[in-house]
Order: sequence, then C-alpha cells, then structure tokens
Amino acid sequence: MEMDTNGATTSSAAGGGSTSTSDSSSAAKKNSKKPKYSRFTQQELPACKPILTPGLVITTFTIIGIIFIPIGLVSLSASEHVVEIVDRYDEGCVPSNYSNDKLAYIQSSRTNKSCTRTLSVPKLMKGPVFIYYQLDNFYQNHRRYVKSRSDKQLRSKAYESETKNCDPEGISPDGPIVPCGLIAWSLFNDTYGFSVKSKMLEVNKKNIAWDSDKENKFGSDVYPKNFQIGGLIGGATLNSSIPLSEQEDLIVWMRTAALPTFRKLYGRIEEDLQANEQITVVIQNNYNTYSFGGKKKLVLSTTSWIGGKNDFLGVAYITVGGLCLFLAVSFILLYVIKPRPLGDPSYLSWNRSPAGNPT
Amino acid sequence: MKRFVYINDDESSQELYCDNRISNRKYTVLNFLPKNLWEQFSRFMNQYFLLIACLQLWSLITPVNPASTWGPLIFIFAVSASKEAWDDYNRYLSDKKANEKHIWVVRQGIRKHIQAQDIHVGNIVWLRENDEVPCDLVLIGTSDTQGLCYVETAALDGETDLKTRVIPSACMGMDFELLHKIKGVIECPNPDKDIRRFDANLRLFPPFIDNDLCPLTIKNTLLQSCYLRNTEWACGVAVYTGNETKLGMSRGIPEPKLTAMDAMIDKLTGAIFVFQIVVVMVLGIAGNVWKDTEARKQWYVLYPIEGPWYELLVIPLRFELLCSIMIPISIKVSLDLVKSLYAKFIDWDSEMIDQDTGIPSHATNTAISEDLGQVEYILTDKTGTLTENRMIFRRCCISGIFYGNESGDALKDVKLLNAVAGSSPDVVRFLTVMAICNTVIPIKSKTGAILYKAQSQDEDALVNAAARLHMVYVNKNANILEIRFNGSVIQYEVLETLEFTSDRKRMSVVVKDCQNGKIVLLSKGADEAILPYAYAGQQTRALVEAVEQYAQLGLRTLCLAWRELKEDEYQEWSLMFKEASSTLVDREWRIAEVCQRLEHDFEVLGVTAIEDRLQDGVPETIETLRKAGINFWMLTGDKQNTAIQIALSCNFISPEPKGQLLLIDGKTEGEVCRSLERVLLTMRITSSEPKDVAFVVDGWALEIALKHYRKAFTELAILSRTAICCRVTPSQKAQLVELLKSCDYRTLAIGDGGNDVRMIQQADIGVGISGREGLQAARAADYSIGKFRFLKRLILVHGRYSYNRTAFLSQYSFYKSLVICFIQIFFSFISGVSGTSLFNSVSLMAYNVFYTSVPVLVSVLDKDLSEGTVMQHPQILVYCQAGRLLNPSTFAGWFGRSLFHAIVVFVITIHAYAFEKSEMEELSMVALSGCIWLQAFVVALETNSFTILQHLAIWGNLVAFYVINWVFSAIPSSGMYTIMFRLCRQPSYWITMFLIVAAGMGPVLALKYFRYTYRPSKINALQQAERMGGPILSLGNIEPQPRLMEKEVSPLSITQPKNRNPVYEPLLSDSPNSTRRSFGSGAPFDFFQSQSRLSSSYSRNCKDN
Repeated sequence: MEMDTNGATTSSAAGGGSTSTSDSSSAAKKNSKKPKYSRFTQQELPACKPILTPGLVITTFTIIGIIFIPIGLVSLSASEHVVEIVDRYDEGCVPSNYSNDKLAYIQSSRTNKSCTRTLSVPKLMKGPVFIYYQLDNFYQNHRRYVKSRSDKQLRSKAYESETKNCDPEGISPDGPIVPCGLIAWSLFNDTYGFSVKSKMLEVNKKNIAWDSDKENKFGSDVYPKNFQIGGLIGGATLNSSIPLSEQEDLIVWMRTAALPTFRKLYGRIEEDLQANEQITVVIQNNYNTYSFGGKKKLVLSTTSWIGGKNDFLGVAYITVGGLCLFLAVSFILLYVIKPRPLGDPSYLSWNRSPAGNPT
Repeated sequence: MKRFVYINDDESSQELYCDNRISNRKYTVLNFLPKNLWEQFSRFMNQYFLLIACLQLWSLITPVNPASTWGPLIFIFAVSASKEAWDDYNRYLSDKKANEKHIWVVRQGIRKHIQAQDIHVGNIVWLRENDEVPCDLVLIGTSDTQGLCYVETAALDGETDLKTRVIPSACMGMDFELLHKIKGVIECPNPDKDIRRFDANLRLFPPFIDNDLCPLTIKNTLLQSCYLRNTEWACGVAVYTGNETKLGMSRGIPEPKLTAMDAMIDKLTGAIFVFQIVVVMVLGIAGNVWKDTEARKQWYVLYPIEGPWYELLVIPLRFELLCSIMIPISIKVSLDLVKSLYAKFIDWDSEMIDQDTGIPSHATNTAISEDLGQVEYILTDKTGTLTENRMIFRRCCISGIFYGNESGDALKDVKLLNAVAGSSPDVVRFLTVMAICNTVIPIKSKTGAILYKAQSQDEDALVNAAARLHMVYVNKNANILEIRFNGSVIQYEVLETLEFTSDRKRMSVVVKDCQNGKIVLLSKGADEAILPYAYAGQQTRALVEAVEQYAQLGLRTLCLAWRELKEDEYQEWSLMFKEASSTLVDREWRIAEVCQRLEHDFEVLGVTAIEDRLQDGVPETIETLRKAGINFWMLTGDKQNTAIQIALSCNFISPEPKGQLLLIDGKTEGEVCRSLERVLLTMRITSSEPKDVAFVVDGWALEIALKHYRKAFTELAILSRTAICCRVTPSQKAQLVELLKSCDYRTLAIGDGGNDVRMIQQADIGVGISGREGLQAARAADYSIGKFRFLKRLILVHGRYSYNRTAFLSQYSFYKSLVICFIQIFFSFISGVSGTSLFNSVSLMAYNVFYTSVPVLVSVLDKDLSEGTVMQHPQILVYCQAGRLLNPSTFAGWFGRSLFHAIVVFVITIHAYAFEKSEMEELSMVALSGCIWLQAFVVALETNSFTILQHLAIWGNLVAFYVINWVFSAIPSSGMYTIMFRLCRQPSYWITMFLIVAAGMGPVLALKYFRYTYRPSKINALQQAERMGGPILSLGNIEPQPRLMEKEVSPLSITQPKNRNPVYEPLLSDSPNSTRRSFGSGAPFDFFQSQSRLSSSYSRNCKDN
C-alpha cells in the first residue's frame, strides 16, 4: 500500500498494531490459506488453440476427399468381385392350385412340400460358396420375440427349468421345454439339396455357427426336451439325441437379426462352381412366411475382405469423398472471390467508426 | 416474553431453559436417510428419474435391465447424500469440540472445570484471557479495577477491532470471593438474534448491595464465540445458552439461489419432457396399431388373442422408458461437479489475492458462477467498496477560516500550525472536540507510542490528526480522560456518552473539566444533524459553504460543536437519561429522545473534512464493466455531493461537459412526483441521443417514489444506465435490488459493511469486500473479494468462462442423450414398433454415465478467448448477458445436430451391416461405436483450446471405450461375448466408423467454417485476431492509458461553479448512446459508436503491422 501522506502513517500504525497484537494466529492462518500456484489452478495450462482457418479447413476436406474416393473404389470393386445368386422361391414353390390359398398349402401336413429350382451360375464362384437363406419382413427383432429365450437354460443342464422369460413357449405339460422360447420354437426348417449335372453337391453344415457360441453359449450337456410337442408346431424339430452345442442351425437361428430383412448361413459348398453351370436345388418348402407376406430367398454367395456383396460402403465413400472435394473447391472459390481477412478488428462492430466504413 | 435468570441458582432454571449443547446439525443418525431422501425427492428431476426407475422394475415393459437406471440413480443419490452427510458430520465434529471444551463454572459456590455443554442458564462462567466465550453472558466481574474488559467480536459481526465491555454498576467493586456467592436476578427478553441490543435489568439479592434495578445493555454482555482479549480474567452469568444464544438464533440456512442458466436449463428440460411425451404417444399409438394389424399375422410372435386389461398401455410405457434417457440423468451430477470447480478456480486465482492482507477471493456459494457472466446491474456501496475506507484528515474550517486548501493537507498548513502554537482558543476547542468526542481507547504500547483502538474509521482519523496537531489523547482511566496539549496535561471526566446511531447521525459526550469543574457537551455529526441546532445567533453560512465545498471534493465532512452546560441542567437531564437507559421497551427511541433534549443551542466550532481515497483500479474497473454493458447504481448513505464527486472521479458518470445528471428530489409527494415526471421526460428524449444520463435520488425522495410512484420509478430504472442513490438506508438498498430484480434484470450487489448485508442477500449475486468495516458483508455474500477491482476479473474472466462452459456442457449433455434416443426411436420403426432396445443395458448405462460424461467434463478448462483479450474487449460479455450461448435457438441447433447424427449413424449402420451381418449384438455395437466416435469429434470441434487434459479425455475416452468393451467381450457370460473382438477384426467395421465420422462431421465442420469466416460472431472475430498473433497481442500497452485520463480528471479545483441549476447538471455529453436492451433479437450491440481510445490505438497497431 503506497501510503505516503502524513496523516495516514499514525493511523495505519494504529490499525496495524491492533491486528498484529491480537490476530497474529489468524493472520498466519490466512496466509496458509493462500492457494498454491500451479498452472492448473490458474487455468493456465499450455493450450493449443486451433482456429478454423481457410487453409486448415480446405486441406482437411481435400485430404478426406482424396482418401475416401480410393477407399470407396476399392470397396466397390471388392463388392463387385463377389458373385451372388439370389433366388426367391416362396412364390414359385407353391403349386398353382394353391396359389390363392398359400397358407392352407403350407399349413397342411399332407401336401408335398418339395420343390425343384434351377439356378445358373453367372461367373466362376470360387469355393467355399456360402449358402444363405434370406427372410424378408420377418421381425426377429420384435420385442416379444427377441426376449423370449433363456440363455441360462441353453448354457447348462443345471438351469433346465429357467424358463421365466420364455413365455409363451416355456413349459409344456411334460415339463420345461428345452430349448425354450419363441426364437427356438420358430426355428427355420426349409432344407436345400444341391446338385450339378445330377451329381450331388455336398453341403458342409459344420462350423456354420460362431465357435464362441458353440463353446460357451450352448451347452454340450443340454439336450432338446419336450421340444415342439405341444399343440402348436412352430418351425423345425430337433434331434433330441444331439446336444445343443452341436445343433448349429439352431445356434445360427438364435443369433437374432437386428433388421427385418436378414440372411442366415445354411451351409457351405466347398468346391468351385463354374460359370454357366446349372445348379438344381431341391427345396423342402416347410417354413410359413405366407401368413405375414414374408419372402424367402436362397442365396449362394462368395465372399471378399469386405464381406458379402454390398455396394453401400463403396458408394457412400465415393459420395462423401466427392462431396468433400466439392466443398473444398467451393471454399477455395469463395476464398478467392470473396476474400475475408481473418481477425480483422474492423469486423468488431464496436470498433467501427460512426461513418460505418471499415478499413 | 421475558426471561428471569436467577444468578448462581443451581436448581431452578435447569429444566426451564436448554443446556449449552450447541447443535448445528441438520440430521441425526436415525432421521438422516428419510429426511435426506425426502429432500432430494422434492426436486422434479429426481421424481422423474425415480418414476422411470420404478417403471423399469416391471419386466414386461422394461427395454433394458433396471440396473441401468437404478445404478446411476443410486450413485447420484449416494453422492448428494454423502456430501450432505459429510458436511453434517463436520458440523457435528465442530459442535462436539465446542461442547466438550472445558470451562470454569461456579457450582455450589466452588469453581469447577466442566464441559461447555453442561453450562446452564444462571451459572457463573469464568474466562481467562484469549478464551472463547461459550454462551451469552452478562458480565459481572473482570480483572480490571474499573470493571472493563476487551472482546474481539470478529466471529460474530466480523469487526476486528477490540470492543470494550463494562460490568454493570451494581457489580462494580465486588471482590473475587464475593463473585462466587453472588445471587440475584436478571430480567431479560426472550432469545433473539439482534447482536446489537440487549435490554435487560439486573437486581442483586441481599446481602449484596441491594440497589435499584440496574439497567443492562449490550455493553454489559459477552456474546458467544467472542474472544476475551487484553483482560486477565472475566466472569459472567449465563443468560442464553446452546442454540438460544444471539449467535445461535441468527444462524439460518439462506435460500438457495438459482441462476438464470439453471432456470433456462430447467425450461429446456421441460421442453424436452413435452417432446418426449409427444414421441411416446405417437409411437405408442403406432405400436398398438401395428400390433393389431401386423403382429397378429406374425405367427412366430404368438400374440395371445385376448390380452390383459392394461395391454394398451404396455407399448406406450415401453417407449416412455426407451425415451427416458432423453433427459440425461448425468446432467445434474456433471453440472454440480463443474460448478464446484468454477468456484475452486475463483478460490485459487492468484490474481485475485489481496496483496495487502494475503486473503484470497472466496466463492461461498459454489452454484452460481454462471450468473456472474450474466450480470446486468451492479449495485455498489460507496464507502469501503469504491473507496479504501482508510480515512485521512485533510482539511478543516475553524470559525470561518479554511485550513489546508492550498496544500491539500491541513496538517501541513502553516496557518493552522501557527494557530495551534499560539493556542488560539477556537482552535484549541476544536482540537479538544476532535480528540475526546469519541469512543476511542488509547493504548500505550511497550515502546511508549500510543495506539488508538477505534470502532469508526472517522474517529480514528480525527484522533490521530489531533495528535499530530499536538492535542494528544494520552490515556483513559475509567472515566478520566487525559489529554496533553503543548506540554500541559488536561484531565476531563466523562459524565455521559451519547452514542452514535444512524438515526441521530451525531454523537456527543458530556465531560467535566477537572480543573475548573465546568461541564461541557461536545458533539460531532453530520451537517444536517448539527447545523440546525446551532444557537440562535450563530452565523452558519460560512460553515454551510465549507460543507458544500468539501463535499464537492468528495470529502466526508463532520461538524464539530460544543456547549457549556449548567450544573443543574445536567443533573436534571442526567436523571432522565438514566431512566431512559433502563427502560426495556423502545429503549433506543427513548434515549434518542432524551439526547435531543441536551443537544441543542450548539456553538458550532467548525467543519472537518476527511478524505476516503478511492481504491486502486476502481475507475478502470468501472469503465471496463460499463463497456461490458453492465449498468452501475451507486447506493450510499453518504451525502449527495460527496456521492456525485466520488462517482465522477471513478468513471461512474463520465467526466466533464457531457451528458446529464438528473436530480429527483422533493420533500413532499407532489414535489417528488413532479421531479420524477420531469426526469422521466428528459430521459425519454435523451435516450435516443448519444448521451450518458444518470439520475440522482436521495433517500427521502426514494422512499416516496417507491411508495407512491413505483411504476414511474421502475420505468426510470429501466431507462437509466446509471443512478446514484444517496442517503439510503440498508432496507432501501434491498428494495432497489428487489425493484431491478422484478424487472427481470440480473443484479449483483457489492458492499463491505453490515449495512450492505440485506442488499447482498437480496441480489442474485452478492459480493462482499472483506474490508476494514469487518467481514460481515463478506460472510453474507456469495463471493468475497479483497478489492473492488477484482470484480472485473470475477465477472469478465470467471463469470464469462463459467457461462460459456456450462452453456456447452448442458447442451452437449442433451445432445448426446438425444442422439442415442433418436437411434432407439428409428430402430423401433424397423422392429415392429414394439419397443425393442437396440442397445444393451450395459452400453446404455456406460454411454450416459461414462463414455460421454468424461470428455465433456474437461470442457471446464476450455477458454474461447484468452483472459487478456476479454479484458481488452469487455463488450464481448454481451454474449453471456443476453444469454446468446444457451437459449432455445442454440438448443434447437444442438437438437438438429443430434437428429442429423442419429440419422447418419443409423442409416450407415443398417446399410453397412445388412443381410448376413445384421446380427443384433454386432449391429448395436457398431451403432454405439459410431456414436462414440462422433461424440469425440463433436467435443473436439467445439473445444477452443486444447490442453493436455483435453486431449487425454477426448482421445483417451475413445481408447477407453474399446478397452472397456474388450473386457466385456472377454466375459463369456456377458451378452456381448466376443462381439468387440469380432468387430475389430473386420475391415468393414473400421471403414464404417470412418464413414460415420466423415458423414457426420463434414457438414458440421463446413457449416461452422462458413459461419466462422463469413458470418463471424464477435467472439469468432476476436478469436481469429488473437490466434493469428495479430494486433491484439500487441495491445498490452494500452492498459495504462485510461489511468492517465483519470489523473487529468480527478484533481478538481475548488473553483467550480457553486450555484448550479439544481435539476440539470450538464456534466458530460457524448459517449455511450444507450440503446439498451436492444440486443435480445440479435441486433448489433454497438453501444460505443464513438471511436474509443482502445480502438484508435487498435487501428494504429494494425497499421504498424
């Protein structure tokens, strides 16, 4: 305190006296209360403060464009290299006399359900060729459906009676149903047999499910029990002498799909399929999609590093990359046509002169 | 209504009154849980969360595991509850410490050492030097032969000066042994919280001197939590104990203050709630329709033909639960956390430490930092707040002769020194009044120097000045005062002291000259309390002029007067005074009335002028804050002229011939009304001109205006940027705050003294200056600072940053919840509107509580502009004031962004993961990681300054997300076993992530860049200027310039026009054209059309570059 005046000296001495005599302890306390200096407490940590300069933004967009378009092209070509045969058979496999009442056909136990389809291979399909069945408009993600399972029961024999989530397919008059729940109950039961030039093509149905599921989610000591014995028959039946961990079709089916259109792996053909070969497929058309207007498709597909045939990623990458380049170019043009110096203080309105002409 | 305390009576009063157990606790062990829960559930948000959590217990409708809501809910409640419990435990500990302290108390005539909590009313308590007083005592004996003792009352009222306490006359001269056996009764009022009043009577029983009722005042008490100083021992009778003491009664839990920002967040929460209800209803109806038309056909779903009665409710309730995360449960915790950090930053700020005392600034209220950035009105006290409250005697006028006018310091005025040397009788009398008309206690230090302990700064200044003029107040021995003048010692006996009250505005002492036995009345006081009572023939014109002249210089004036009393006049009056002093009812008023009978026919000796210097940096602070668009009102108890002069010298009203100063005065309703109308008219006209108009109103006119013309006065308040209210009482200060608050302005009240406490508590933000008037204001305040100039930093730096940070944090919290919620809603459209949750319970909980909360918390370190830039361009504060960073339209922006991002994530995910990849767990994980990636980039894009901590939190969080999910993926029993490992091995997963980031952030970045460059806000422009290393960085040198300006202004000469037009005082023109409150609708905020000094040097610097 810069007190230089005469009057103040005694007065401040008096004031100081009173504090020093009585307050020495509290003064010491006050001093220790003084916070320690650190860059954090002073909010002065060294900081990098990037701003959106034209250079930075235009470069970013250009780089994204330059990277994305090639990736898009690569993805697209990978997708293009995948050979895929899709055959919708739900319509064609209904005999013409039942075409007005498909439901009666599929629900009758007396009708002949087998159906023969011929597929032609457009291009060479390198083995292994994956066989999928595709269902449309099938809501495996419906809340009532997706919750209707008992993971505990599937995993271990000890939890056989854990069926409380499985309603309405939890308990049969003979005891708990294994595997319980709507998902298992509605197991897909169409079957396919393939032959080329009347020679049977072997379908490998081993290892179509995830190993982790087989090992950990489905117990090797859990056998189907009371399954599909009620009044209502849903989908496939299970061989009650094979443990669940080896019922791979069930395991695949139990991995519910998030979308109403989905494919599930049926099996693999381990050999190559030559171009223009005619494949004869004998389909046991058992599964009811007619009541809700769902479609059934048989899909044969090879695979690539990106997965099955899906142009979406490639197209999306090229689009996004193109848009980024477009934005970069527009920003460059804007910058050239309407230059705007950054940080021009004249843009602060309180700095504008009354005449209103910024320098 | 009265309490009778029987002294030293061990039985009778024990049951009647509580013991001395202090309890500040809110809870007990038993009632903690119910009481705390009840308090927490009284808040709407908590009720909402509880309802949601309860609904989730119904497994039919819950989309996720109830734990995902219960977990965070219990966590939040546990945090709040443990904070409360911890505080309460600490209170318990400190209570316990106080309660178990050992105290000497007389029991059955013997002194015993007992715990403080066992003291009962009527006990005699013995204290030694530096002991803390355990309960309210009536003093009956001290080690001092004159019955005096000294106490420090800092804990009670914050005043650090020592106060004298005396034993009642009845107990005077009682010896040590007798004090153990004393019996009597004290008649005192029931406990109250007034620490300045104690109107009681004491009657001692035989065999003790059985005199009449002996009146007791606050001077005879030792109040709880004071300290005994400079006195070997003292003893007293406990009259109030435990929580019934004056301190205990005045304890209270202040109403929690709600910031404007909290109110806005609540409003937005309400809007989101309504939106949520609409969504739930729409989806609920759609779900039921879909179920009836489609789901019946889906045989595999196996819907029963007849459902239970509540069937229709099931789907809407499921959606309610699914959408419940729209209102983020984490926002409350996050906000509490960052708010306490803001407060800590204030406490820690080394630039706000008072260098003189070493006291750092302190945020008592940790919840309202954002409001600091939204202040629109500052109501400030004058003395001690703008000024140093360090009084220095500067000038005086003795019998018409001015001293100190030339040099500015009367103590150096040769004329005065000569007059003193020559013992001119007028001067000697004047100095005598200066030296002894006070309550100052001289204390001889060991070195022989005399120290004065004064309760008022003015008295201190006067006594010290008198001492410098060789009239030294040497000693006070009981009633005998000793002064030394030019080597001779004069003794006076003090007969009565007529104390200062703010109503009487003067104090007097009646003394008897020990040499000639003359009885004299010495008075000092405000001019209007002295001059009207001068004896009939005295010419007071010179004095009036002197007062006016000094006031114009911003000096505080006191008139000194004297009157010789006749012996019988005094005796007669003395009886009346004694009687008045012992009344129990309206004692203060009675005493004032009696004093009035003596204080008349004064011979006015002269006028003293005391300077109260402005604090450092006050003009700059006010100028900066006014540029920031904050309006200042000065509320002072001081005189009008003094107030105006101080206002001028501290930039309160701009200097010299600019603008207008409008005066509202009048003694009657009619006058005030006319004056108010006239001012309003002028104000309306000038509001369109670039003029700085201020109005001045005094307490009397204000009283009338507030009572009868509230509407007109309110309009005036809205129109005027500046106001000076002088001669106002504490309650009027609070009323003015109330008035501005009722106009929906954010008010900040700053003051330092006890008279500001009400205003401080009333205002949205109360700031106390821990100054020389004690800590009373600082204790009541939300923030306490050491100097007025810290206000600039408090508002511009801490307030602004807090506002910006909370604006981002709160909107971001809603944004991230909405993103995930929109995805759930979109998913419901492809899952048969059945209310399936795409995300599993663990992910949902972790998303809200962990993944998205941590990165945003470090936004408390974000600084959009550096502190220096803000200080130089305080106008930028308008963004905070007008709430431009958090309002429905910015919120709509965030809402739109969340919708856009949800669409991006959802569409890309379901297309990239179509067909054979559309496995539920995988798809949900892809969507979730897409959200997390986007969040990281959104936070990064909205962050203005990256410190290492921000990088750690943003990118570290992204890494942590993967680590956590890998851990979950490694647990066989978890639903997502192996999922994350599978995904991370797929190239398409990473390609999808990059696509989501590019598609989500590209448009946001482009839009932001476009606005940043072509439609920049002022903040952006400053950011650019600052970061480009441009002119702003070299602007540091302009800071001293305003000071130079002030130097030119402040030395006002005395040759000012004396007779000014009383209504219009053209003091200034030009400068702010106050188009106030026009910024609400995005109007440009050029308050300052004129080229300010700042901007001129700014452009100069630009050219230099």
